[in-house]
Amino acid sequence: MKIGILLKEGPYNSQASDTAFKFAEAAIKKGHTVDALFLYNDGVTNATKLMDPPRDDRNIAARWSEFSQVHGVEIFACIAASKRRGINDDILIQGGAITGLGTLTDIAIRNDRLVTFGG
Amino acid sequence: MGGVEVGRNAQVKKIMHVLCRAPYGTIYTYEGLEMIMIMAAYGQDLSLVFIGDGVYALKKGQDTSGIGIRGFSRTFMALVDYDVEKLYVDKYSLEERGLSKDDLIVEVAVMNSDKIGKLMKEQDVIIHH
Repeated sequence: MKIGILLKEGPYNSQASDTAFKFAEAAIKKGHTVDALFLYNDGVTNATKLMDPPRDDRNIAARWSEFSQVHGVEIFACIAASKRRGINDDILIQGGAITGLGTLTDIAIRNDRLVTFGG
Repeated sequence: MGGVEVGRNAQVKKIMHVLCRAPYGTIYTYEGLEMIMIMAAYGQDLSLVFIGDGVYALKKGQDTSGIGIRGFSRTFMALVDYDVEKLYVDKYSLEERGLSKDDLIVEVAVMNSDKIGKLMKEQDVIIHH
């Protein structure tokens, strides 16, 4: 199955990003394809490389970046939501891109499922 | 509005947006509306469902001057220009809040949750806000 993921919540405050990550990993392990991760609402703050949590904690942004590169999953942050929250190309994680909601529409169209986390 | 060309494939999907929060207090409804406008411009077969405090988004006479946030209830009135005409309101949510169809700024279909559930089953995609 081809799956798109929509993440609507920022990191740490909510478990949504962790759950989305675990879901994405499990889906791939089961042989499904994760097509793309789209970040919306506070979800766009998952994509800043300025994230610097204590060493004994998971780095959510770095984890998504690594996931993107290992599995070839594109990470898109909505441009309008990003601009509101101070997210721009300069601080974006590797594997991330800022794009419009048209991209989310495309993701919704071309996948068997769009799975939403948070919000 | 004429509608933007759909990207790679000219497919049209049934996409339902579920608005379940009060319009102010969080940004979910407002950013949800932004998403709805774009998907409408992309010519998708959209429907909107208002459940729980989400019904307040359509209430007449909103005044946001006291909270310093721009009101956006009028945007719901513009949806019809984007060919978004399937607006459903959960009957129980409306009654629970002492509201009726006459309190709402747009024409909607008020229906029971089991009927809304059936509509949800027909969708390709459901996004909540």
